[in-house]
Amino acid sequence: MRAVRLATSPVSPRVPLLVTGLGLVVVILVSTAIGPADLSILTVAGILLSHVPLVHYHSSASAINQGIVWDIRLPRVILGGIVGAMLAAGGASYQGVFRNALADPYLLGIAAGAGLGATIVIVASSGSTSWLPAAAFIGGAAAVTLTYVVGAKFGGRSSGTSVVLAGVAVAALFTAVQTLLLQQHAPDLQNVYSWILGSLAAATWSNVWLILPYAVVSAVVLLMHRRLLDVLRLGEEEAASLGVNTRRVRLVVVAAATLGTAAAVSVSGLVGFVGIIVPHMVRLTTNASYRVVMPVSIVGGAAFLILADLAAHTIESPAEVPLGVVTAFVGAPFFIFVLRSRRAQQGVL
Amino acid sequence: MAAREIESPRAIVEFRDLLVRYAESTALHSINYSVERGRWLGLIGANGAGKTSLLKALARLVDFEGAVYVEGRSTLDLSRREFAQLVAYVPQKPEFPPEMRAVDYVALGRLPHLGYFGAEGPRDRVHSLELLERLSLSAMATRHLSTMSGGELQRLVLARALAQEAPVLLLDEPTSALDLGRRVEALELVDELRIERGLTVISAMHDLTLAAQFADELALLSGGEIVATGSADEVFEESSLDFHFGTRVQILRTDDGELIVVPRRTKPKGSHARAPA
Repeated sequence: MRAVRLATSPVSPRVPLLVTGLGLVVVILVSTAIGPADLSILTVAGILLSHVPLVHYHSSASAINQGIVWDIRLPRVILGGIVGAMLAAGGASYQGVFRNALADPYLLGIAAGAGLGATIVIVASSGSTSWLPAAAFIGGAAAVTLTYVVGAKFGGRSSGTSVVLAGVAVAALFTAVQTLLLQQHAPDLQNVYSWILGSLAAATWSNVWLILPYAVVSAVVLLMHRRLLDVLRLGEEEAASLGVNTRRVRLVVVAAATLGTAAAVSVSGLVGFVGIIVPHMVRLTTNASYRVVMPVSIVGGAAFLILADLAAHTIESPAEVPLGVVTAFVGAPFFIFVLRSRRAQQGVL
Repeated sequence: MAAREIESPRAIVEFRDLLVRYAESTALHSINYSVERGRWLGLIGANGAGKTSLLKALARLVDFEGAVYVEGRSTLDLSRREFAQLVAYVPQKPEFPPEMRAVDYVALGRLPHLGYFGAEGPRDRVHSLELLERLSLSAMATRHLSTMSGGELQRLVLARALAQEAPVLLLDEPTSALDLGRRVEALELVDELRIERGLTVISAMHDLTLAAQFADELALLSGGEIVATGSADEVFEESSLDFHFGTRVQILRTDDGELIVVPRRTKPKGSHARAPA
């Protein structure tokens, strides 16, 4: 009986979490070490260690190198990690709530809303970007709220289909307004376009502190709902008959995912594909239960985006390749490769 | 509002002036009926007669007017969790996430007994494993649902419903996905579990012969109303079944007294043949 009980113990994210966690640490060290100034991983590790509270370690690296690591490279890496974690968690959540493998965090119009917000600021301020994150955040959140209100008001009490369709309409509307604005302000086209393609080049610690609270709240709420997302996999009626308030769960999860995604998008621009590829990679390589998918996507998404950003600023150094281009360029072939796996053939997705 | 006194002290489920309205039509009206504890009520009737609506109203899955009482309490006065501890519902086509393991699937049935964010503990796991064993699925505990047969999945969904430990079990066409042999097997299992655990079973049933054999009492629905109730002997009457199912049936009695209902074709063989030119 003990063997049976062991074999049937609850699905646990422990092992995949440990593996992706280790991967994340390596990726952080490597990305912080690589750059125009040649630094060894050990030097970087030493500098990072000297900043850990309660650890009394003094790095022997020069002040310049310490500054490069701590003030220039690390904020970019950490910001990338937060953005990747939020996009991956947002994608996993949307896929669970709408029970659709193609759902991504931009499904309900967040990208179009954030894009419009950013465009308005760029057009209105002609160059100054200090209001950009706030405008993108507000635009994204407003678009999703509008989508949800419209979809829930006019749709029946059934699954989320009407909300998804409302998202299509809201996104089209916001994009149309954005296109109109751009057409009238052609000189700003370049700035808007480079924001849309995503970049972490301007990352600072203040960006990190700006979005961290939203990211933490979003991640905590989503992690708390991982078991209920598993119940939603049984479908609306069965989840309801098990005592789950499916509407409320959906609303809370969408709100939390939107908060995290809007925060991410506000500092990084519209980085695509992370929300689709990371959760599915987790499903295909470990388990489709949200008890695994949610925590591992958060850690794996962070590692994935840091790696993608490393590629974005090293491939054509000193020039930067747009981050969204890299995630799709690296992500798409890899995803196709994973799709060929045995588990995919077994119908995991 | 104080709970109204229920008609029969032994009734566990009672419908009072139940009415279910969808956007364009009334699916059920003036349903008054009560089911005694430990009985098996079979809901029969043509497609669209209201069988599923009645089950869904009882399961709180559709809005209704009137009242439904379970254990003497109006179902709308109960929290979702309290209700899920009283009534377990198995839909006509349950969803089986392909990669979920059998034991995890059954354990989802423990949800009504856990807190909102609570996780199932060792006791819940053991409970789920015992149910798998009871339904002869022990060997499949760690198998993925995509690898299980229709008969196994049917038993598995029963196990999940039983994990709720609810005294009332609702089954919507429990055997529609099964072949002939598996149908009898599944219904016999439901019957055993009902007696063993003192469950009250309410099921919508397409197959009238099986309904007659397994249900203690039948309710014939037609046009959203209960038009006949009682034992198979009382409900099965050829002209009435002809009328409510809109076809021609013949009722046969076996040597041991069981009723068998067979549909008959309404037009003679060959009547569709094209006339020679």
